[in-house]
Amino acid sequence: MVEITIRKRPHAEAVATQRKFFKKTARGKVVKVLRERYLREDVPCGISHCTICPGMPGTTLPTSGGQGHKSYPHGHFILPDTNVFLHQMDLMEASQLNAPVILLQTVLEEVRHRSLPLYNRLRALVKAEDKQFWVYYNEFRSETACIRLDGETPNDRNDRSIRKASDWYKSHISQVFGRNPQNISTLPTVLLLTDDAANRKFCDAEGIPNSSVRKYVEGLKDATSLLDLLSAAGETEIEPTAALVAGRGALYPEYMPQANLVAGVKAGHLHQGHFNANPYNYLEGNVTVPAHTKPVLLIGREHMNRAVQGDVVVVEIFDEKEWKAPADAVVDQETTLKNDDPDESEEEPDDENALAEERERRALVRENARKQPASSERQPTGRVVGIIKRNWRAYVCHIDSTSLASSSATSLSLQSVFATPVSRFLPRIRLRTRQAPTLIGQKILVTIDRWDATSRYPEGHFVRALGRAESKEAEQESLMLEFEVPYRPFGKAILDCLPPEGEQWVVPPKDPNNPAWRNREDLRDKVICSIDPPGCQDIDDALHATMLPNGNIEAGVHIADVSYFVLPDNPMDAEAAARGTTVYLVDKRIDMLPALLGTNLCSLRPHVERLAFSVIWELTPDAQIVNVRFTKSVIASKSAFTYEEAQIRKDDPHRQDELTQGIRLLNSIAIKLRQQRMDAGALNLASPEVKIHLDSAETSGPIDVEQKQMLETNSLVEEFMLLANISVAKKIQETFPQSAVLRRHLPPPKTNFEKLQDILLKRKGMKLDVSSSGALAASLDKCVDSAFPAFNTLVRIMATRCMLSAEYFCSGSVGRDTFGHYGLASPIYTHFTSPIRRYADVLAHRQLAAAINYASLHATLHSKTHVEQVLSVVNRRHRMAQMASRASVEFYVGLALKSRGADKDGKPKEVQEEAFVIRTFRNGLGVFVSKLGLEGLVLFKREIKFDAENYTVTVPQPKGKEVTVAVFDKVTVRITVEKDRNTQRGVVKMVLVEPVDTST
Amino acid sequence: MGSRVEILNDGGYRSDGRRQFELRDIAIDLSRHGQADGSAMYTQGLTEVLVTVFGPREAKLRSQTIHNRANINVEVNIAAFSTGERRKRSRGDKRILELGAAIKSTFEPVIQTHLYPRSQIDIFVQVLQQDGGLLSAAINATTLALITAGIPLFDYVCAVSSGVHSTHAMLDLTTLEENDVPHLTVAVMPRTGKITLVTLETRLHSDRFEEVFRIACEAGKVLHEEMRNAIKARTSALARAMGEGHPAGAPSNREGDEDFEMGDD
Ligand SMILES: [Zn+2]
Repeated sequence: MVEITIRKRPHAEAVATQRKFFKKTARGKVVKVLRERYLREDVPCGISHCTICPGMPGTTLPTSGGQGHKSYPHGHFILPDTNVFLHQMDLMEASQLNAPVILLQTVLEEVRHRSLPLYNRLRALVKAEDKQFWVYYNEFRSETACIRLDGETPNDRNDRSIRKASDWYKSHISQVFGRNPQNISTLPTVLLLTDDAANRKFCDAEGIPNSSVRKYVEGLKDATSLLDLLSAAGETEIEPTAALVAGRGALYPEYMPQANLVAGVKAGHLHQGHFNANPYNYLEGNVTVPAHTKPVLLIGREHMNRAVQGDVVVVEIFDEKEWKAPADAVVDQETTLKNDDPDESEEEPDDENALAEERERRALVRENARKQPASSERQPTGRVVGIIKRNWRAYVCHIDSTSLASSSATSLSLQSVFATPVSRFLPRIRLRTRQAPTLIGQKILVTIDRWDATSRYPEGHFVRALGRAESKEAEQESLMLEFEVPYRPFGKAILDCLPPEGEQWVVPPKDPNNPAWRNREDLRDKVICSIDPPGCQDIDDALHATMLPNGNIEAGVHIADVSYFVLPDNPMDAEAAARGTTVYLVDKRIDMLPALLGTNLCSLRPHVERLAFSVIWELTPDAQIVNVRFTKSVIASKSAFTYEEAQIRKDDPHRQDELTQGIRLLNSIAIKLRQQRMDAGALNLASPEVKIHLDSAETSGPIDVEQKQMLETNSLVEEFMLLANISVAKKIQETFPQSAVLRRHLPPPKTNFEKLQDILLKRKGMKLDVSSSGALAASLDKCVDSAFPAFNTLVRIMATRCMLSAEYFCSGSVGRDTFGHYGLASPIYTHFTSPIRRYADVLAHRQLAAAINYASLHATLHSKTHVEQVLSVVNRRHRMAQMASRASVEFYVGLALKSRGADKDGKPKEVQEEAFVIRTFRNGLGVFVSKLGLEGLVLFKREIKFDAENYTVTVPQPKGKEVTVAVFDKVTVRITVEKDRNTQRGVVKMVLVEPVDTST
Repeated sequence: MGSRVEILNDGGYRSDGRRQFELRDIAIDLSRHGQADGSAMYTQGLTEVLVTVFGPREAKLRSQTIHNRANINVEVNIAAFSTGERRKRSRGDKRILELGAAIKSTFEPVIQTHLYPRSQIDIFVQVLQQDGGLLSAAINATTLALITAGIPLFDYVCAVSSGVHSTHAMLDLTTLEENDVPHLTVAVMPRTGKITLVTLETRLHSDRFEEVFRIACEAGKVLHEEMRNAIKARTSALARAMGEGHPAGAPSNREGDEDFEMGDD
């Protein structure tokens, strides 16, 4: 039995134990909040053999501290401040850094408040087996608790709190271990680690041992390898460059103080949002803010003011007469800044630097000189005045070889170099390294540490090398890093959650007392089959249909019963929740669940008994639902078809067996279901989907690219999956109105379509009605050009890009009127049909099982906050996974092009493809090669006439003739893959061949 | 989400520094209050409740008279300043009615009402400040006030709130915690172990329910001890006072004086 006690709070110390503050509620009311704090004597120090602190669970810190630092021969503990974790996480994670660490609650909470990703890394460090971390809850122990004094900033309070804890450790250690006076001089040191010079001064005054991070690392055995990991941030006071830089003056405006930002946003004259860089023009970005339907445009370096993709920024919006339209020219940072020198620590700004500035200024002037844009194109324009939160992470980069001062492979001198991120959304990063020559031609991981007002580029540091650029391994890993795909193999704790029988696991013999069979329907006699793409290993759904005696039809969808194997709150479940989804790259699948489940136990293979979760409808021949029921079941699929096999079987009049009849029945219902959906206004959208054929025999060689084919049977499966998802959504929402896991697709703001509507009207005289999804669907159907069959698909692709993305949400968290799925025109929707590869489906399974009283619902699935939290992770993972897959396809398309473009001798051969113009720029065209699903840019070397109003460019021809190219025009492009000489990165280049040749 | 408070951190501490099974500080003041026959000021953490009891006395209304036992009448009043958000609650407010009904049904089987036919016992619950566990504080205060009024009870009623964060049970929740975790209030009669009240405001997994319920019952015993000590202390103070010739319950300090003046409102 647990021990229950009453905590006594000394009322005399009300100041220390009560906290009063004011808080604004969701409705805007200001309320007084009073909270208590219970100070304790029993918060343990974490040092082994401490005779004062109560029993300490888990691993503790060694009594004599860490060894191996030359300044602390009697051992030491390090006690870092918050900034050390915020700026030097890579260093703290390094395995060579193995001193015992005292992590204060104050620090832990501040890190959590400042950056969740860093907080999560820190938590992992605390748990890591090769690290010695102890979390000391200083704010709960009476001797070390700190209250903010009048007039003290939260930062100063935290610094004081950290010093107080440091001082306490010092006296605690001497009290415990220094009883013997001889020991006093040999006690380990508790070293406060901080890069804040002011704080160190306080420490010196108070007699607290302290050190800057750099000075500490320099005294370690592995100093050289560790120093490279040291981030540039927080070195302000040691580097002489600070003075130099100050002399040169700021390139960017300083940020406003945090309090002014917050107040300004609240008052409404400043606006907060995420910064998005423009991938076509590195001198432009925008921020979507709640107050305006169109994003706020930021033009030029100064106005973007050091914001990096994903940062949460605060912007000031200019007067309306200064509003501009987004750029219509392509500005590439690599060409514009080709010769910029990374080493800014010269006394005077050198010529190259001035040159870069001049070039950028010209690019901007060109932009500004364009004629006053039509008012419809103008959008709020402004500048960044402050940053609420940086979202910096590690970026995959290439070193720009031209930025090296010395490329001699043996050079170990410290040099400043540029790292160019793979993503076009990011600025170049300047970093200092001794390994520059060996990093040329490699993919490397770089993090940004800081971006001062005096520095044109952000400063970062090298984390590690991923391998040769364009090697599949390096590309694969960099893809996974770039999109934050967790790709570690599953650990033992996770694999231990699998059934001990492993691959030999079978459904136990039928027995109502066996837990596997409890409340399960025996559907083994049903004529069930699965229909999937060829080579599918994780079959998570199967179907059946039969005629009922009353003329109605029974149809069933059977989904692998993943929640039977994945129990709530065990390590496997936690891992699946963190992964959120299986990620499909062209050459690799990163599973959400261990392969044993995905490809065997939960794969509804033919002729094998499997556990399933079934949705069974009675439908009229007109596909109206008479009733639906849900049941856990045991099934035995009779066959696993590919879409093509199923199609052929269905179309073969000689086949009259039960399976084929089932497929025909399913198909006839599916056609009607689809019609019903379309009538309700569902959208038939298109996305460029291509399939990559991997040649397995040859390790390096691809590959062919082919567009995905849609058969009737694709649609059959799709319709039934939709129907199952909708039926399940209704059921769980009814049963758990506060916490049901649902999925929705919000209608897009009408302004998203303005540009497309204008293009269609001007180029084709076509109207797009976006008043509802039904109207949009109908008008999309009318966008047909008989001379141009692919036109409709192209318009659909462009329309899709105007929409928002679908998302998971918790039913209790949003208004009932926003549940709808716009694209599917369904008032409610969820994901139920792929629990092997999507975590949201696992949750839906658990909620459905509880809704039919099969099992009780785990407590966490009742909690709105918990469901919200899990789904926000899943949503993010889902987005990232999609981007990773797309990038993977792009990489292989590039490889395919390269191999196709080379003849037997390896000499480059030309690849020409048909393409469609989708955008016009002042100096080029955006084109889409539908056959390859590839989007590219064609740049003109000659002067061209650009008509922004009518979306055309006119290219002069030698004999005074002119050729005009417009959006939607069909053109022919020559595609090559060129290696960027500086970064060794393969870049797809497109040149127009028809109607004009732009290569000359 | 970054700034949200952690309900239970990795070190096993709650946001106010307590561990899972630690109750908040309890203060009990049983000094006499105005004309009331019995009263108790009960503070648990930042939740503060004053209960005054009048009776048993002759029933005022015919309609409320019960021929073979006393009628129990509970009135609840929540001070506008009791939460941060100033809100006036009318007597007909649903939450107030529910609170009153829960207290009444809790005590009906505990008070030996059959001893006082055709009479009535009035219980006034004044909520002065709230930070979670309102019902349990009101019940404990009522028990104490009834005892000081000399009304015979079959047993003490000791109530406590408890909840589950993820899979961890916790006792005595603050408002912050109540907003986040499924929770329940349990009132026990410690001598017999009988349960007189269980309320569950949110859904809770049945396996979890059992565990939380059991712990809440155990906590009831701890509370019992605390409440009994307070009564004992009052009794011995009374005895001492009588020995010294002071009138029973006479205020001997200034706080008592203030109480006295505030009594009739
Ligand atoms: Zn200790």
